[in-house]
Amino acid sequence: MKRNFNHLEISNLDDFIFGRSPSPIQLKNGMVIGGGEVIPELNFTLPGMNISAATMPEVRGQYSQMITEACTRAVELHAKNLVVEFELLPDLTLTPEWGAEITALLRAVLDETEKKHGLKTGLRVTPNDIREFSRPPLMRRGKFTEDMFRCFELCAKAGADFLAIESTGGKEVHDEAILKGDLRLSVFALGILASRDMAYLWDKIVAICDQYGVIPSGDSACGFANTAMVLAEQKFIPRIWAALIRVLTVPRSLVAFEQGAIGPNKDCAYEGVYTKAITGFPIALEGAEAACAHLSPIGNIAKAVPDLWSNESVQNVKLLSAMAPTVSLEQLVYATRLMNTASARGSHSALALRDLLVESDSALDPQAYVLRPDVAINLSQQIISETTAYARTRTAALATLECLRKASAAGEVTLSRVELRWLDTLSAEAENLPDSEDKFIGEMLPTIDANKVNLSEYEL
Amino acid sequence: MSTLISDIYNNILEGQKAKAAENVKAALEQGINPETILNEGMVAAMGEVGRLFEEGEYFVPEMLVSARAMQEGMALLKPALAKGNVQATGSVIIGTVKGDLHDIGKNLVGMMLEGAAFEVHDLGTDVSAEKFIDAIQSTGAQIVAMSALLTTTMGNMKTTIQAIEAAGLRGKVKIMVGGAPLSDQYAAQIGADGYSPDASRAVVLAKSLVG
Repeated sequence: MKRNFNHLEISNLDDFIFGRSPSPIQLKNGMVIGGGEVIPELNFTLPGMNISAATMPEVRGQYSQMITEACTRAVELHAKNLVVEFELLPDLTLTPEWGAEITALLRAVLDETEKKHGLKTGLRVTPNDIREFSRPPLMRRGKFTEDMFRCFELCAKAGADFLAIESTGGKEVHDEAILKGDLRLSVFALGILASRDMAYLWDKIVAICDQYGVIPSGDSACGFANTAMVLAEQKFIPRIWAALIRVLTVPRSLVAFEQGAIGPNKDCAYEGVYTKAITGFPIALEGAEAACAHLSPIGNIAKAVPDLWSNESVQNVKLLSAMAPTVSLEQLVYATRLMNTASARGSHSALALRDLLVESDSALDPQAYVLRPDVAINLSQQIISETTAYARTRTAALATLECLRKASAAGEVTLSRVELRWLDTLSAEAENLPDSEDKFIGEMLPTIDANKVNLSEYEL
Repeated sequence: MSTLISDIYNNILEGQKAKAAENVKAALEQGINPETILNEGMVAAMGEVGRLFEEGEYFVPEMLVSARAMQEGMALLKPALAKGNVQATGSVIIGTVKGDLHDIGKNLVGMMLEGAAFEVHDLGTDVSAEKFIDAIQSTGAQIVAMSALLTTTMGNMKTTIQAIEAAGLRGKVKIMVGGAPLSDQYAAQIGADGYSPDASRAVVLAKSLVG
């Protein structure tokens, strides 16, 4: 079902909290996501090894071990619900039959655990966006595109409860924008290229989901905003630039919901804080318990409003206690148990916990500040006051920079002298973004390197 | 230091590529030794850019602007350097290994190496062992730099090194590797000559490998 979003589903700060969404999702087995409890979502990946026909028996063995041991521990820890994400590696998408085979393997263990122990389980399957294997990427044709969609179909048939992706339309331009600190190029990549690709892609993914009775969940801007976050963490780009990119991705990721996605949005999609406020659909997030996959300045604040709480990904390697996926599972169970205990005591306790999680991070980094629930409501309201992806992205730029300037002046967030210099630079660039999308495209096209991007794949 | 060399230094530090080119041209016309222009003007400026980066005053965007200014000047300087038989710091082939499309880290390393006056041959992403071998043969580079972000593609570094050995080229190149799932130990295991955890340390490593 296609939708337009022109008002917030969550506009009251007290309604914006972990575990509760205005439009919860119910799985076939009765598990409800966003219905009051936060559910752990475990993701895991292979240790260092090649994937080939010859190594597939070992690949199966690795996944079998990871899912079996994690489910066993979840039962031992009295978890009531567990979602597992199978994020396909490129090789498992390039050969869709392999991806489907592992999906079926995971499904079987989850079903068996549910039958034997009553642990309600859900399976998210996330094929890899392999379209970028052709350079410049062919987004709407060619073998890679066909195999990717076939992978979605086969994994849906093999037992996925919901399908997701971290699509990369526009990334071929956005990587350069991040490194150059180029706001105009970032807006072009996200507000024009990525948003157009999302409309095409999600129309097809939703159709596949409808055909197989699977939930179309969402599309993370990981390749955009998390790339920026990791680079900021390494001090390669300013934190304020990474914070701005985070909000710039909101209109792009919203397109999946306009095309029919209903959540839960992907764990690494921190822009999900905004999509939850706008759409009311549940989201997954990750933070402190995802340090096994990447460092971040938002470990606690990310716990403020998720419906699924994830570890992002962890390799199947042995730690002192157990294999790493089992360790992650245990960390997620304890983290969600605390949140759910707070909720069980009533909204006063839940809100107090939420506010502590927010307060502990939000002043230390602009990337944390823009995830504050009140800030997300405020900026989301401004973003959806516009109707097109470009206008929304432009508004996101102007509103976020103004918000951070005010926050810095009020002492609500700490910005160094160098970061403030960047705030001025980015603000000047944002002020020069034209109102008219056509004018903007006209200005940008002569500056785009045709060797890097097939503009015709984006209706340009 | 002459005024022009000082101007070139400042042009590169501030990322003024047109002015950098203009002043390099003027310096050559005045008969200033090209090697002096390179080392005292350009490489020294990029060294200062690196220092400002280490201190958190500059980020990659500022470094990129400076690197572009340096490239603009280098385009004019190269013929004069060649005449005087002045060599680049070193020559590096760089690429993300087969099966892997992640290239931001690789691009950063390439950019920083260029800033340190290395000649960089970027093979892009999803690069097969055969392509690395072809590039070694065609460029005569002293270093091969490989990147991988996935646990399932890092193994292709070993495959590539083995292929370089089988082609009889291992003795001609030093091999450095980098990427999130890698470590010093892994680099040693697969027979690489060095590992760098980030782009700025990759330059130090490359210099030590050709030093």
